[in-house]
Amino acid sequence: MLSYVIKRIGLAAVITVLAVSALFLIVHMIPGDPVSTMLGPRATPEMRAALEARMGLDKPLIAQIGLFFANMLRGDLGMDVFSNRPVTDIVLNQVPYTLTLILVSISWSAVLGIALGCYSAVNRNSLGDRLTGILSVSVIAVPAFVVALYSLLIFAVKLQWFPAIGAGDAGDWGDQLHHLVLPSLAIGLSWVGYIARLVRASMLEVLGEGHIRTARAFGLPERRIVFGYALRLAILPTVTVIGVGMGFLLSAAVFTEIVFSRPGLGKLVIDSITTRNYPVVMGSVLFSTLIFVASTTLADIINAILDPRIRAGK
Amino acid sequence: MTDLTVPKPRSELGEIVYHLVRDPLGLTGLVIVLLILASALFAPWIAPYDPIALNVPDRLQGPGAAHLLGTDQLGRDTFSRVIWGGRVALQVALPTIGGAILIGLLLGMIAGYGPKWIDNLIVLLFDTVRSFPTVMFALAVVALVGPSLNTVIVVIMVTSVPTYGRVVRTLTQSLKEAEFITAEKSLGASTPRIMTVHILPNVLGPLAVLAAMDIPTVVGLEAGLSFLGMGVKPPTPSWGSLLNDGYNLIRNTPWLIIAGGIPLILTTIGFTFLGEALRDVVDPKLRGKGGK
Amino acid sequence: MAVLDIQKLSVSYATPRGELKALRDVSITVPDRKIVGIVGESGCGKSTLISAIIRLMAPNAHVGSGQVAFKGEDLLTKGEAQIRALRGTQISMVFQDPMQTHNPVLTVGRQMIDIQYRDALSKAEKRKRAVDMLALVGIPDPEARLNQYPFEFSGGMRQRIAIAMALMARPALLIADEPTTALDATLEVQIIKRLRELQDEIGCSILFISHHLGVIAELCDEVVVMYAGEVVEAGSVRDVFHSPAHPYTRALLECDPGHIKEKTRNLPTIPGNIPDLVNLPSGCIFAARCPRRFDACTARPAMAEASAGHGTACHLIGMEMTA
Repeated sequence: MLSYVIKRIGLAAVITVLAVSALFLIVHMIPGDPVSTMLGPRATPEMRAALEARMGLDKPLIAQIGLFFANMLRGDLGMDVFSNRPVTDIVLNQVPYTLTLILVSISWSAVLGIALGCYSAVNRNSLGDRLTGILSVSVIAVPAFVVALYSLLIFAVKLQWFPAIGAGDAGDWGDQLHHLVLPSLAIGLSWVGYIARLVRASMLEVLGEGHIRTARAFGLPERRIVFGYALRLAILPTVTVIGVGMGFLLSAAVFTEIVFSRPGLGKLVIDSITTRNYPVVMGSVLFSTLIFVASTTLADIINAILDPRIRAGK
Repeated sequence: MTDLTVPKPRSELGEIVYHLVRDPLGLTGLVIVLLILASALFAPWIAPYDPIALNVPDRLQGPGAAHLLGTDQLGRDTFSRVIWGGRVALQVALPTIGGAILIGLLLGMIAGYGPKWIDNLIVLLFDTVRSFPTVMFALAVVALVGPSLNTVIVVIMVTSVPTYGRVVRTLTQSLKEAEFITAEKSLGASTPRIMTVHILPNVLGPLAVLAAMDIPTVVGLEAGLSFLGMGVKPPTPSWGSLLNDGYNLIRNTPWLIIAGGIPLILTTIGFTFLGEALRDVVDPKLRGKGGK
Repeated sequence: MAVLDIQKLSVSYATPRGELKALRDVSITVPDRKIVGIVGESGCGKSTLISAIIRLMAPNAHVGSGQVAFKGEDLLTKGEAQIRALRGTQISMVFQDPMQTHNPVLTVGRQMIDIQYRDALSKAEKRKRAVDMLALVGIPDPEARLNQYPFEFSGGMRQRIAIAMALMARPALLIADEPTTALDATLEVQIIKRLRELQDEIGCSILFISHHLGVIAELCDEVVVMYAGEVVEAGSVRDVFHSPAHPYTRALLECDPGHIKEKTRNLPTIPGNIPDLVNLPSGCIFAARCPRRFDACTARPAMAEASAGHGTACHLIGMEMTA
């Protein structure tokens, strides 16, 4: 188990280094450069030179990458040009908001999706299964921000059941939870459908396998067969998909944070783009990449815990 | 030998359409998709007004006889903007997915057919690209080069390549070992011939399914970025910018949000239904693997 | 009294082509403490028969008529809960493919303890029983191996575990569905030997399904030959194998290389195909492939005695039999 975890984290490190380097190169390749982005059209050559020196942009590319990694390892992503606060601090302040939103969203939708998927698989071709199927497929691809806008319109503006803006008072859990309802509905809705479909498919596959027939031949109660024996296996693809889906979750969180004016990475990025605060934009993108890589790694490790064959490398 | 009446052979495409139309889900999807395509294609004839013509005296009207879906804060006809917005959505989605399929096809076939080290390299490339959250990545690029339709197309294309590339790679790998291809090879067929004549036709079906499922994602991304003001520039009508207008005026009128969201939801549902049904026809083994 | 007494059992499947009549008027008796073998090609209805006995049938399967009496009680009329109470306690199963038999993500110990869920024993006691059982089927170091996962065992080991699980509750009837087909010859011999010893010790009956005649001859007391969903011949192993009465049995024996000892990976080949079970021929089921077909074969033969306790469904019985 330990060797698997170490191997998997090593791979994650390689991907991170590559992704960060690629990001760095792309920024250099595409037209437009950070300095003119930040200074705007009225920049004088002296201002440009000063900022370039401050950001290390006057050094050769490879040295810049090296410096960037060296700084990154020390947790230094540069200084915010305006407030002169470390970018790491600014970004880290926002990360918990986004992570909370994502975790709450995926938790409720995973629980509901798995339950619906199991129900559909066990009651295959029943009316309930068909209904779940059509509803699932209908919500799978609906963009989170459209759900966010509609739920904002209906439940916050018209019915006023839930607040429209912000993340709630710090320290007041009830208030924070109240503020989480609509945003997490927006992010989670499509996942309910997606996970339900996925679990149904893998559950049906597992229920057809030989070991399930064995369990039935030994008279184990059907409930234990479905939830104790089959679900352990049927859940594996879902874990992977949620891990890889962190990219989609982050994207959905960006939109949702804007719609509900919630603090978080998304709000930070958009605000930074409008104020041309380039280092903060890059810092946020970097952090979301780290979150993504961490989440896929975590999913693989969870799968290894659930499936001894992965642990053994079989 | 058993006495079976063999059904009259149909062309492959005819067969697929036949099965699609018999599936209620597929038929619904197909009808919605055709409606969307038609309204985008014939937008100039369908839209009653110029989508960018200002008419300030008539601003912020509700639905009525003159304006089917009302007007926005500048008096522009919402229905006309919705119809033209479909055109913009497809203008982004089709080249994006077309480009991603082409690149994915090329890289995937090279990875699947070529030597191990190239395979490893390409897979690593896919994993790296995949690790940028699309929207974050798009925003970073937009921050540098400014919002534009082309930026959106290129960014989404690049981040979609791994989706297609991985599928092509897996299919190519399994086909490479197939008996009929080994036989072809022993008869001296060249690699390009095997690729185009044998492998390509076999990966097109699954790719079509993926593409149908991917269109909603791309349309949603374009609308999302335009909603954030990071995509299509005003006054070009886009469902996303329509929703942005509606968001800013949410306490004044619900109609802009309703009008901007419905076509997006219809598009996603239409293409997803079509994709699901198509998958069942093309390859039942892919079941439960589409989406996201 | 017979442990299992199947009388005139007919089972069919609903298929898009029509009703597939997988079993027709099948009668098989498994006496107390005896081993009965069932022999036949794939498609002869062996699997349908097993699933009908333990009532784990495919959703499109339908029992047309007949009865399956277990210790005198008809299983077909029992409720789902009653039949489940019998599974794993009175009637146990060993399946064909040992690689698929166990849940891959649970330890062997957990699975062996789980199937004792009905017993009011402590977990330690259940564990002890599992260890004893593994030792009994010949798994070395059972205490430690209980904590391992199925993939850590070889195919032969896994089949031993499957047998240990099946016999743990000391069932009255063990149904073994080609338990050695997936194993190589030496393992097969070992497992057959161990099965015979265990049967003797526990005192259960075994219904042993195989297409390997050698194994049947080695292990069984009685044998039933099935063809295309019907019983064509039944009797003691000696009678059936030494003086086969049905042309199909003869063909099977002739096709078996080296007759008994050697392992056949492939099914014996007899010219022709199994008839279409949706559109059955009206006469004898084997007529189309029978080398000794004659006028009477257009009518369906009834089971007749070739000798005492040895029956066959063939019109040749009673006529002069020159082989």
